[in-house]
Amino acid sequence: MSVLVLAEHNNQSLKEATKKALTAALKIFSPAHVVVIGNNCASAANDAATLEGVEKVLLVEDTTYENMLCEPTADLLFELMKSYDYLVSAATTNGKNILPRVAAKLDVSQISEIISVIDNKTFQRPIYAGNAIATVESSTEKNVITVRTTAFETAQVGSSVATIEKIDAGNNPGLSEFIEEKVSSSERPELTSAGIIVSGGRGMQSGDNFKMLESVADKLGAAVGASRAAVDAGFVPNEYQVGQTGKVVAPELYIAVGISGAIQHLAGMKDSKVIVAINKDDEAPIFEVADYGLVADLFDAVPELDKELEKIQK
Amino acid sequence: MKILVPVKRVVDYNVKIRVDKETNAVDLNNIKMSINPFDEIAVEEAIRIKEAGQCDEIVVVSLGPEQSKETIRNALAMGADRGIHVKTDHSPEPLLVAKILEKVCEKEDYDLIILGKQSIDDDCNQTGQMLSALLNRSLGTYASKVEIENDTIIVTREIDGGLQTIKLKKPAVLTTDLRLNEPRYASLPNIMKAKQKTIDELDPSDLGIDMTPKVSTKKVEEPPKRVGGGKVESIQELVDKLKNVSGVI
Ligand SMILES: Cc1cc2nc3c(=O)[nH]c(=O)nc-3n(C[C@H](O)[C@H](O)[C@H](O)COP(=O)(O)OP(=O)(O)OC[C@H]3O[C@@H](n4cnc5c(N)ncnc54)[C@H](O)[C@@H]3O)c2cc1C
Repeated sequence: MSVLVLAEHNNQSLKEATKKALTAALKIFSPAHVVVIGNNCASAANDAATLEGVEKVLLVEDTTYENMLCEPTADLLFELMKSYDYLVSAATTNGKNILPRVAAKLDVSQISEIISVIDNKTFQRPIYAGNAIATVESSTEKNVITVRTTAFETAQVGSSVATIEKIDAGNNPGLSEFIEEKVSSSERPELTSAGIIVSGGRGMQSGDNFKMLESVADKLGAAVGASRAAVDAGFVPNEYQVGQTGKVVAPELYIAVGISGAIQHLAGMKDSKVIVAINKDDEAPIFEVADYGLVADLFDAVPELDKELEKIQK
Repeated sequence: MKILVPVKRVVDYNVKIRVDKETNAVDLNNIKMSINPFDEIAVEEAIRIKEAGQCDEIVVVSLGPEQSKETIRNALAMGADRGIHVKTDHSPEPLLVAKILEKVCEKEDYDLIILGKQSIDDDCNQTGQMLSALLNRSLGTYASKVEIENDTIIVTREIDGGLQTIKLKKPAVLTTDLRLNEPRYASLPNIMKAKQKTIDELDPSDLGIDMTPKVSTKKVEEPPKRVGGGKVESIQELVDKLKNVSGVI
């Protein structure tokens, strides 16, 4: 048996999400191979080579793959999959975009966002926004799987370094072209790997008011997230959205401010270790999942929290 | 230009579902069903493209039991032109849906197919991508902005880090994200008009597709319940608890 893990990277370093997907892959079969597809991305391949359980890293570098456009990347993976039984990726937007295209070419179904590996054909995955967990069994030789990263530990650096094999680029079918990417750069940790997240909802009333949350976040070394309502209202950009159809997170501490706790929002954060809710409506559903609920006006409570944290920092 | 929009009938997004312990499945008895919200956004986008004079006809297709016709009628009432109903007892897995849609596209050619990025019941997020592979067409997932030009489509996509813009060759497959548009409500006259629009029927067995599932569901369970409901009276108490009881700050 053989497992290939698709690496998520920024052409420089390997993303945390892939280290978690690797942990899931190793539960299917160990050791695994990792494929790094990009342009001038050898350093990401070096990162992957140090991880425990990685036997070999395939490195494919070409301008075609600079932005991981779906069609050429899927074609290349389809070719590589002639020698593998499993293709595994983190359920990042790249993984979710590319893997089903490979699965269809292989004439297999994809098993999306697994949260546990029961055996090499049986997996658990959330359905209905995480309100039910399905145990599914695959009947095919080849399998294509995406991994919900919050459910798996980060793979650690191992004692040996895997070999890196360079692979030739495939053809570019020329169906699409990259134009631009607007990626907000932030000093704060990434949402999906942050230990603490401070999220705001419609109750924040404006993008300006998010500065209050940023101030709290910076004292805690936290990331800032949001509900869909806050994103739709234009308070913060789309990449802040936590939920069923945004990012799924499970930090040590999640602080929900002015968020009601709709099913779709809970789906993205209810596996956090400790949940704090600040909301002026004592019947808001968010309190049902909160360990510490504070019924208060956020415009009083958040500045107070900020001051209190400043005190303990000193 | 002709646009195809596949739509799925799903449990309404406001319903909190329950797992039936006896049948080991989600209890769908007497539950409100609606058009999948992302598919509604897809229908709206197609209509806007038509209103901009860039499309001649919008066809909606749905796979599922007889009631899926209601979902098709919804889309027709919003402004789609005609429907195709592919009769199946339940909703098959995404690969099979994509194969059926491929056949639908063989019968008539579509320049653009717009799907929802995921259905809110099985949360698979696969069908559009798979269909693009089977048809060997360009793919723009998670679209938050779509601009049609002569032979190309400019798509802005919601990605993990922010927004990405790509240019696709036509014919293309798109999947919608939440911020692409806000779907309209169907007006009463349009609901009446939709009753006159044609819905053709297709039987999957006539399409020559092997409908054997490749993945089977062994069981469905409720997730472990989170015990919440704890309250604090003040920020001081909150910070004290986080520091000294939970040890998370
Ligand atoms: C297909 C689909 C997908 C979706 N996906 C997602 C998703 O991924 N993520 C997501 O979050 N949502 C998602 N939603 C939307 C979801 O259903 C809710 O509409 C949304 O989560 C509500 O956001 P909110 O809690 O910020 O706003 P509201 O529900 O409006 O809640 C605002 C809260 O703020 C409180 N508040 C107001 N003012 C104050 C104040 N001064 N002090 C304290 N509290 C205050 C109010 O009491 C209220 O509880 C989705 C919906 C659909 C249909």
